[in-house]
Parts: sequence; structure tokens; C-alpha cells
Amino acid sequence: MPNPRAGPFWIEGRPVVMRWQTFVFGGMAVAAALLATAPLASLIVLAFGETGDLWPHLARYVIPAALVETALLLAGVAAVTIIIGASTAWLVTTFAFPGRDALSWLLPLPLAIPTYIVAYVYVDILDAIGPVQSALRTVFGWRSAADYWFPNVRSLAGAILLFGFVLYPYVYLAARAMFQTQSPLFVEPARMLGASPLELARRISSPLARPAITVGVSLSLLETLNDIGASEYLGVQTLTLSIFTTWLNRGSLAGAAQMACLMLLIVIALIALERQARRRRGFAVSATDPRHLSRIALTGPARWIAPIACLVPVALGFLLPAGYLLREVMVRGLLVGFDTSLAGYALTTVALASIATAVTLVLGFSAVAALRYAKHPLIATSVNIAGIGYAVPGTVLALGLLSPLVLADEVINTLAQAFGVGRVGLVLAGSGAALVIAYVVRFLAIAIGFAQAGFSRVSPELDEAARLLGAGPGTLARTIHLPLAQPAIFGAALLVFVDCLKELPATLLLRPLNVETLATYIYQFATRGSFEQGSLAALIIVVVGILPVIRITQYADIATRLRLDARS
Amino acid sequence: MKTICAFARGAAVASTIVAAGPALAQSGDVNVYTYRESKLIQPLFDAFTKQTGIKVNVISASSGLEQRIKAEGANSPADVLLTVDIGRIEDAVRAGITQPIKSDVLDKVVAPQYRDPEGHWYGISMRARVVYASKDRARETALSYEDLADPKWKGKICIRSGQYIYNNALFAAFIAHHGEAKTEEWLRGLKANLAQKPSGGDREVGRDIAAGKCDIGVANTYYWALMLNKEPERKAWAEATKVILPKFQNGGTHVNLSAVVLARYAPNKANAMKLIEWLVGDEAQHMYADLNYEYPVRAGIAVNSTIAGYGKLNADTIALSKIADHKKAAANLVDKVGFDN
Repeated sequence: MPNPRAGPFWIEGRPVVMRWQTFVFGGMAVAAALLATAPLASLIVLAFGETGDLWPHLARYVIPAALVETALLLAGVAAVTIIIGASTAWLVTTFAFPGRDALSWLLPLPLAIPTYIVAYVYVDILDAIGPVQSALRTVFGWRSAADYWFPNVRSLAGAILLFGFVLYPYVYLAARAMFQTQSPLFVEPARMLGASPLELARRISSPLARPAITVGVSLSLLETLNDIGASEYLGVQTLTLSIFTTWLNRGSLAGAAQMACLMLLIVIALIALERQARRRRGFAVSATDPRHLSRIALTGPARWIAPIACLVPVALGFLLPAGYLLREVMVRGLLVGFDTSLAGYALTTVALASIATAVTLVLGFSAVAALRYAKHPLIATSVNIAGIGYAVPGTVLALGLLSPLVLADEVINTLAQAFGVGRVGLVLAGSGAALVIAYVVRFLAIAIGFAQAGFSRVSPELDEAARLLGAGPGTLARTIHLPLAQPAIFGAALLVFVDCLKELPATLLLRPLNVETLATYIYQFATRGSFEQGSLAALIIVVVGILPVIRITQYADIATRLRLDARS
Repeated sequence: MKTICAFARGAAVASTIVAAGPALAQSGDVNVYTYRESKLIQPLFDAFTKQTGIKVNVISASSGLEQRIKAEGANSPADVLLTVDIGRIEDAVRAGITQPIKSDVLDKVVAPQYRDPEGHWYGISMRARVVYASKDRARETALSYEDLADPKWKGKICIRSGQYIYNNALFAAFIAHHGEAKTEEWLRGLKANLAQKPSGGDREVGRDIAAGKCDIGVANTYYWALMLNKEPERKAWAEATKVILPKFQNGGTHVNLSAVVLARYAPNKANAMKLIEWLVGDEAQHMYADLNYEYPVRAGIAVNSTIAGYGKLNADTIALSKIADHKKAAANLVDKVGFDN
């Protein structure tokens, strides 16, 4: 029954049912945007500092080379992550083959190991003195590394492959969520008309999954762009690295802030360009029946090629580095001489990551939902802004958060005094809350990206039909959006959770006294050059990360089966 | 939906843990912000707590602690900042987050070139930027920093990024000795001698020499000792190399510092002073020498025997604060000659 208090409300020619839920969702969108702008605002304030003759120098000697190197790195990583992520997602959702179930939850696992640790592992394995080249020397009778040619891991190409194999899960998870809810409306007639799976993929599945693949690639590229540890170790001179040298060596925090703003502008421009391109292609599909398709059983050689194709990225991105860490744990007796404080660090890490994930998902999905209920320009702008924290390096984000946090504490102190409590000192700054805020700001982009990709699959006609029947935003969310966006929610939850588990730069700078997370624990060994001592902590991140991966993957598969059963 | 609810419940439980988790700093403790990894200095703090009963709370980070202390302002819990590299030490002073340390104990122990004339920072330990050389392929037993640009080393030198803080400080010291023009020429020569594009860390110098990629390389003193004595899987890298303490032609071996700073608004100043003075005491200085393989700043404390094996250190006498003045110029020269490209 229509609520008598809710009159129709028109914005941009669309009817909107204004209920309190709309304001709640809209409010969350604005809150998310405000949270994300706080560190940027202080970054911009910093950028107004005096920089003297810095820019002529940067423009002449630093930026051109860094731009070229960064562009090559990003282009390479984009290619590798799309090829691996999209094709494996397509394989595990479209076909049935031996090992498919295990592979579908193994494929996201490379995410669980910090990239710089994987870099250390590969340099150890593949460098001149490592086992691979030593074996080659023994076999061929070469005396030293100078006698033959071997590709250098510490190079741009090495970095591209490394980031590609570690970050493809962003594309995989996003694309898989989309392939899973592919409307049979398109696929089934095409199959009946005799279209081969490849043709289907090219003409139907991949255009439909393009928004999702784009989200995945953008996330993996921003992750690449924000990296410091791995690129520095591999000798790749990225723009981010030059931001740091400007701050720490050229002694100009203002100059560094300006460079960070410049980088942000480039990122925003690229995202806007992509959106423009997508808008013209028009992907407003009417996924009225987003039930899952039955998988095609592979036969012949394809039955074995598919699992091998999926196994290669798992092996290189996860099994090999994780196996190396496991070996270090054994060799060093890290389990026997178990550092008991690790259990506490693990608990802290999981607690912080859980809270941050919950807040991020609620804010992100509410913000995108709000946009659906009321296409108000304020909400649209908020959603666009809210994901911006992912586009600045973690340390820069943390630097930007310092002043807003202290400012918020000042407000709290003023209020406390007004209510006669007296000054309470720093409340947010230097607390666990500061870390949660940093994680939320940093990873909101993931939730928002997945939410947008997920909701893009739900036809607006569904909403309108439901509204005509008197459904408000709450009912819409509960009965239509949440169930349909579930794969996207799970994908986002997983990514945000694992990203929080291994978040390092913001955690290092903002954490409270005596607080150690698994990531900071590993880092303190890594900075001393003996990252192997942190192997156990790295494996704990992997284990903690695997549990939700398995659970979510299984859940998604079970849901598929249940729905299929209900229909047959 | 059930999973989502379960997740929400988990998050609720978790928030209780976080709220109750971190032990809050109590007055009577001392709060240390540090660029030195907490694992590295924790044994020192443990010993201090054992002797004095004063608890030490720690945050370690790799950059930005000055900005954090500055933002926290008068409410900052920071008492002490432990930092490394002369450039960063001066940054802390310039950020206005320090106050002069007035201590006769420190003035007696720390030589004038290793402390700030106004007392804003005191060096606690030193490390030298030296040359690791192949035992087989480099017959030299002595070198000057200037020699590194000699064309006879063409394609034979390894080094990490020219913007790495210790390289930055070494190049700044070169400017202090020879001026910018000479330094640029030297950097071009050094760049031309490199066997590969700069990458990796200081240990990679040992790794690459052992692998035959290069004959000599530039690194800090303590890594070689760590690899030899504490890292069995890298022992071979140390054993393939020897350490040469190079000198400037008109000076000594370039050393850099780890130093201590008293925070401007230190809430536990008395305890902070106790800790600072303890850090230059006999016990702490022995720990710096033997656990971390550094040169103690306190005269009369023996260096570790592995470090002593490098030969006698004749440290450069140019005041470190002078070297810090050339830091930016050194960074710019590295860009100009395309050192890292």
C-alpha cells in the first residue's frame, strides 16, 4: 500500500518516492564523500606551501622520465591483469572442468600476500645467485652470471609481471561476480543459435562484464600506482617514488603534496575518460532474469587446458611465494619458537579489518543505492568523490588525515568542556578509530566500484515496477538490490577485508602506541632485509584471508545451485 | 543475508576488542616515536625498563613521524623521537617539534660533531658508508670515494638508488668536500661505471658481487656483519666479499648517525631525559655495538669484533649538520645525471 505521507517527487524527470530511507542512504553518501575529502583538503592546504625553484627542476629532470616509466608500468599491468583475471573468471563461470571448484577459490589468493614480499621472494628465487640460475649454471657449466644472459627480475618488465600476477584477482573477482549473474536472456538464445563459447564471450559476456572488468583494472592500477616497496626494490622509478624523494630528499613537503595533487588529477581525468567512453557504448542491460547459467562441461583437450590455464596464475601468484614462506617458517623454526605476541597482533589485525570492512561496505553500497533512489546531483557528486582516497598513496593519505583527526579531537574537546567534562586530549588521533577511518577512506573505492558494477546489472525497470507497487527504498534494497547485488557485495567484502589485513603505509604512521598489526610486524623484518623472519605473520594473513575466500566462493556456488533447483 | 548478519556480529565483537585492546599510555611511562624498527631497539627498551621500572611505549614508522608529532601539537603523547640520517634529523628540528636537551651527561659523552650546537639532537650511534669488494676480483685494499668514478671500474660497480637516504647523505658529503660541479662530474663517472641500473637494497650489493654481476659496491657497515653472523642463507655473500673503509681524498670515511630528539611538548620529560641519558650509557652503547653492529658514539666502548675487522675507522671530520645543508643539492644532482634511470 502506498504510504500517504510519501508524495511523488520529480528530479530529472524521474519519479522519486521520498521516504526517510532515502535521506538515510543519501546521508551516508554525503558522509562518505566528506570522509574522503578530509585528507585531500589538508593535502591541498599543504600544497599551497612555498616550493621555490622546485618545479623547473622536476619538469626538466624528474617528471618526464617518471611519467614514461609509470605509464609503461600501468599499461603492462593492465594488460596482464585483464588477460589473466577476465579469462580465468570466464573459464570458471562458463565451464565445468576438473578442479574448477578448487580453482575458483584459489584464484583470488595472490591478493593475500603483500606485493613487496612477493617481490623479495622472486628476487631470491630468480636472481643470479638463486636456485634457478644456480641450477642452470651447474647444468651448462657456466662459471658466473657474467657468462650468460638471464632476464633480470629487478627491472620494469619484472615489475609488470609481478604486479600482474599479484593483482589480477581484482579483475577476476569483479568479472566473476558479473559472469555469474549473466542474464540467460542473452546467452541461452545465442547458445541455441549455435554460437560457440568463444563467440559468446566476445560478443555478449565481455561487453556485459566490461563495467566490472574496468572496475577491477582500475583498482589494480591504483594499487600499482600507490606501491612504494616493490617498485623501489625492483628499481622502477614511478611517479609515486618521486613524490617521496621530493618530500624526504628534496625536503619539500609542499612540493610532494603538489605532485600528489597532480597525480590525483591525472587519475581523475583517466577515470572520467573511461566513464565517458562507456556511457557512449550504453550498457543499460535489462537483466530481468539474472539467474545463473548451467556450466558447459568441457571435453577433449579443452578439459585439461582450462584447469592448466587457471592453475598457472595461482601457482605463480600464490602457491610459489606462499610455499617459499612456508619453507622459511619450517627452516627457521618459526612455529617451534612461536612468537606468542603474534596471536595478539593477528587478533588486532582481524578486529580492525572487520570493523573497517563493515563500515566501508555499508557506506559504499548505501551511497550507490542512494543514487538509485534519488538521482540528486548532491548524491551523484558525493558518490563520485567518495572513492578518491584510493587514488593517493597510503602514506600521503595518512599524512592528510593527521590534521582532520586532530581537528575533530579539538571539536570533541570543546564539546566536552561545554558539557563540563573537561579536556579529554586526543581521542581519535593515535587511536584504533584513526586506523579504521584511514582504511575506510582508502578502500571505499572498492565498495563503490563493486556496488556500481553490481547495481548496473539490475534493470531500473525492476525498481520502477516495485515502486508502482508501493515499495520504498528499504523494501527495494531488501527484496531486489541486496539479493541481486550479492555477488558484488561478497567480492567487495573480500577485497576490502584482505586489503585492510595487509594495509601497511597508513597503519605504520597512524597506529596507536604499542599497536602492531600483522603487516607492520612483517615490515619491521623486511626493512632490516630479513623479511623471511616475518614469514609466519605473512602466512597468517594468507590463512585469515583464505577463510572468507572459501566461504564466499562456496556460498556463491550454493546460491547458484539453489536458484537453479528452485526453477527446474 | 545470513553471512552478512554473521559478519556484522563479528564486527561488533571486534570493535570491543579494538576499543579495549591497545594499552593506553600512562603518565609515568615514556613514549617513543621511532624510525628505527621496534624489533631492533626493543632489547634496549626492555633493559631500560628492567633497570628503572619505567615502561616504554613505542610506535615505529618509516616516514612522516615529524608530521604526526606536529599535527598532534601540544597534546602529542610523543616524548622522544629516535631517528636516523642527518638529513632527517635536521628535518625534525626544522619542523619545530624538538626542544633543546640540556644534559651534562650527554655533552660529556657525545663529541661535538655528532650533536647539534643548540642541543636539539644528539647522535647515539654511527654507521659508515663503505665499499664491499669481491675477494677474488678486486685486489685493492684501500680506496677513496673519488676512485669510484675511475673508468677502470667501468661496468663493475653496484649501488642502490641514488635517492636512498644514505646515498643521498654520501653525495651531500661529497658536495661538502668538493662543491657541486666536481660532484656532478663524479656522479656521472660513477653512473658510467655501474654494472646495472640501481635497484634492490644494501644486501643486494653483496648478493650481486657474489653472483659475479659486479666487483665492488657501496653499502652500510652493519649489513655485512649481519649477513656474516646472523643470516646463514646470506653468509656466502659476505664471505665472497671484503669490506673496505674508503676515505675522501681530503678527509675521512663518511659516517651517518642515529640520533635522539626530545619532543617539544614531551608530557613525560623527566622520564624521557632518563631514557636519553641511558641510551648513551655503557650498557646501551654495548648493545648498539654488539646487537646492531654500529659504531658506539661513546668513546671507550669497543666496536664489535667483526666491525673491528674492517680496520680502524677514521671518520670524516666535517660536521654532519654541514653535510645536511647539501642534501637537496645532492638529490637534484642525482636527478640531473639520471643516476637512477
